[in-house]
Amino acid sequence: MHIVVCIKQVPDSAQIRIHPVTNTIMRQGVPAIINPFDLFSLEEALRIKDKVGARVTVLTMGPPMAETSLRKALSLGADDAVLLTDRKFAGSDTLATSYALTSAIKKLSEEEQVDLVFCGKQTVDGDTAQVGPGIATRLGFQQLTYITKIESIDQGAREIVVHRRSEGGVQVLKTALPCMITMLEGTNTIRFGKMDDMFRAARYGLKTWNKDTTGAEETKVGLKGSPTVVSKVFVPKPRAQKATMVEAEAPTAEAQAAAAVEAIFGAQPKLADELLARAAAGL
Amino acid sequence: MSEPSKPQGRKFQLPEHLKEYKGIWVIVEQERGSVHSVSWELVGEARKLADKLGVEVGAVVLGADSPELNAICGDAFTYGADVVYKVTDPVLADYRTDPYTRVMTDVVNTYKPEIVLLGATTLGRDLAGAIATTLATGLTADCTELDIYMDNRSLAATRPTFGGTLLCTIQTLAYRPQMATVRPRVMSMPDRDDSRSGRVVEVFPNLRETDVITKVLSFIADREQNEAQLAFADIIVAAGKGLGKPENLKLVFDLAKVLGGEVGVTRPLVQAGWTGFDRQVGQTGKTVRPKLYIAAGISGAIQHRVGMEKSDLILAINTDPNAPIFDFAHLGLVGDALTILPALTDAFGKRLSVNRLAG
Ligand SMILES: Cc1cc2nc3c(=O)[nH]c(=O)nc-3n(C[C@H](O)[C@H](O)[C@H](O)COP(=O)(O)OP(=O)(O)OC[C@H]3O[C@@H](n4cnc5c(N)ncnc54)[C@H](O)[C@@H]3O)c2cc1C
Ligand SMILES: Cc1cc2nc3c(=O)[nH]c(=O)nc-3n(C[C@H](O)[C@H](O)[C@H](O)COP(=O)(O)OP(=O)(O)OC[C@H]3O[C@@H](n4cnc5c(N)ncnc54)[C@H](O)[C@@H]3O)c2cc1C
Repeated sequence: MHIVVCIKQVPDSAQIRIHPVTNTIMRQGVPAIINPFDLFSLEEALRIKDKVGARVTVLTMGPPMAETSLRKALSLGADDAVLLTDRKFAGSDTLATSYALTSAIKKLSEEEQVDLVFCGKQTVDGDTAQVGPGIATRLGFQQLTYITKIESIDQGAREIVVHRRSEGGVQVLKTALPCMITMLEGTNTIRFGKMDDMFRAARYGLKTWNKDTTGAEETKVGLKGSPTVVSKVFVPKPRAQKATMVEAEAPTAEAQAAAAVEAIFGAQPKLADELLARAAAGL
Repeated sequence: MSEPSKPQGRKFQLPEHLKEYKGIWVIVEQERGSVHSVSWELVGEARKLADKLGVEVGAVVLGADSPELNAICGDAFTYGADVVYKVTDPVLADYRTDPYTRVMTDVVNTYKPEIVLLGATTLGRDLAGAIATTLATGLTADCTELDIYMDNRSLAATRPTFGGTLLCTIQTLAYRPQMATVRPRVMSMPDRDDSRSGRVVEVFPNLRETDVITKVLSFIADREQNEAQLAFADIIVAAGKGLGKPENLKLVFDLAKVLGGEVGVTRPLVQAGWTGFDRQVGQTGKTVRPKLYIAAGISGAIQHRVGMEKSDLILAINTDPNAPIFDFAHLGLVGDALTILPALTDAFGKRLSVNRLAG
């Protein structure tokens, strides 16, 4: 069994700051991490490896510095790593990103057939959740998003049973390999790497591929291959007015609460009427 | 991040053969006979955009033929659709990516809408990503605002990124359809107009179950009613880290009970295990739009703000007069939530019971 896990290196969004004048993102000094949602998928792939045996390849598209994320994944137990990097990929939207990643997965499949592709549910920077479905569609793989649990994998029958979160409940789905899976957050606990994996990760000679290595067409990648156009980037407008402060005659909680109730009823007479009507009806 | 681009060249001009794409579609999300309200919110929004463009609103309803499905088609008109594409086949009874994608790709290619909108739900996001790929077109995710740029009649879709710290407006200029997913509760629910009706276009895709690889073995419905309720609650009392310890959550539950509302929380509380993920409000939790949002001990971080700022009335209670939440709340109360929450519960209780006695 060959499993490919797509991981994206993202800026730690908790530490992002916006330049006050130019309104652009200040990335300097912001640490790069593996997209947190990807780790749940990586962990699930490693569990399959532990249970039924598999080769796990991690794949990322990004600048050369994305290598650190691949090494981190290797230290957690991935077997192989591919860095897909090319200036021609810059500016790719999700259609172009999923095309580039698919070209690499196809090349990996030539070496050893890929049975499962894992992606994160979404990223914390682009945050679209579109790359996984894009890859599945391009590969013709069954698409299983928001998976909460992999119930079973039968290698002989090439069958997999999963639980998928939907809006009103959980779908239990049975499908055939190959398929593309995105795990829901919190579905498993991410492991600590073993010492020998950490040593191996540090020395590991990862594969570095570009557009020509995977045979991706130039017109389908980068800005040119992206249908979407970012026409404006801006900081959310602050509300024009700050909150009206509730002032009470006495500084006690009771007085403040009474003043707050009056303020709420005054600002929302309709809501007050509804509440009173409901209370009168004994609800 | 790419710089705002200047409209020029190949990617920015709509080729002649794509100019025949007309009309705005909403893919109506129904699972097991019930429609996700985001679909009606989108039909309402599509109505506004379509009126600007002078085109029709189409609602696409997919499923197995049934009386419930017919009722949904009728509802689509009352919320603002001009035409309903009723796509029925037994294979479409349960949502599965593959048959839904195949059918939607065909229907779009046949009827050529210029804009296709879906809810940013588990179904909508799953399906949108697949269709945008088969149609090789652009898709803007999780939008919070939609508009038409009248100079070139294109869809301008605005969405938060980097956790809501930035907004960006994205367009798909040289490809059709233009696609977007929109978060539930961001657009307001349109009023029903029961006198409205329209055309039904029936589509029979002729699928075979044997061609579909993924099978639904069973469906486990959410038993916890609470889970779905938060997003639709009229009144929400929300707690942040300022409450100090999990035992104090009782204070917000008490107030919510008096008001007949729901309890929401910030992410740190979920991460610390105070309560389940289903109560988290914000970028990675639920978007809510209640009539009243009482935020107790919440600082007002952008990731929380994007989930609740559309509330009609926000009352913030915080010990710190400089807490960012006072920059966007409507009413502010500087004080200790631990004493003010019980006092509010009392005050509301009295106010509402007095009325009951008088009425
Ligand atoms: C401000 C801004 C807004 C944007 N909005 C849109 C938009 O609305 N529509 C659009 O088409 N594009 C958009 N983009 C571009 C988009 O972010 C990029 O295409 C990005 O490369 C992939 O999308 P994502 O980060 O949203 O990934 P998601 O689709 O959220 O990622 C899902 C999973 O796919 C895998 N994956 C994603 N990227 C990579 C990668 N480079 N290497 C390996 N695995 C990966 C990971 O497993 C990840 O968890 C936007 C970009 C910016 C800067
Ligand atoms: C990728 C990402 C996604 C995120 N998604 C979400 C999300 O969906 N939802 C979300 O909420 N957060 C989210 N966050 C976290 C967010 O950035 C903030 O950390 C979080 O909202 C802060 O929660 P808080 O206001 O409860 O806590 P704090 O920021 O610690 O604020 C506590 C407040 O309580 C006040 N206080 C203290 N004692 C009292 C008292 N006795 N009475 C009254 N006030 C008191 C303090 O003055 C302070 O303002 C996300 C973060 C990241 C990086």
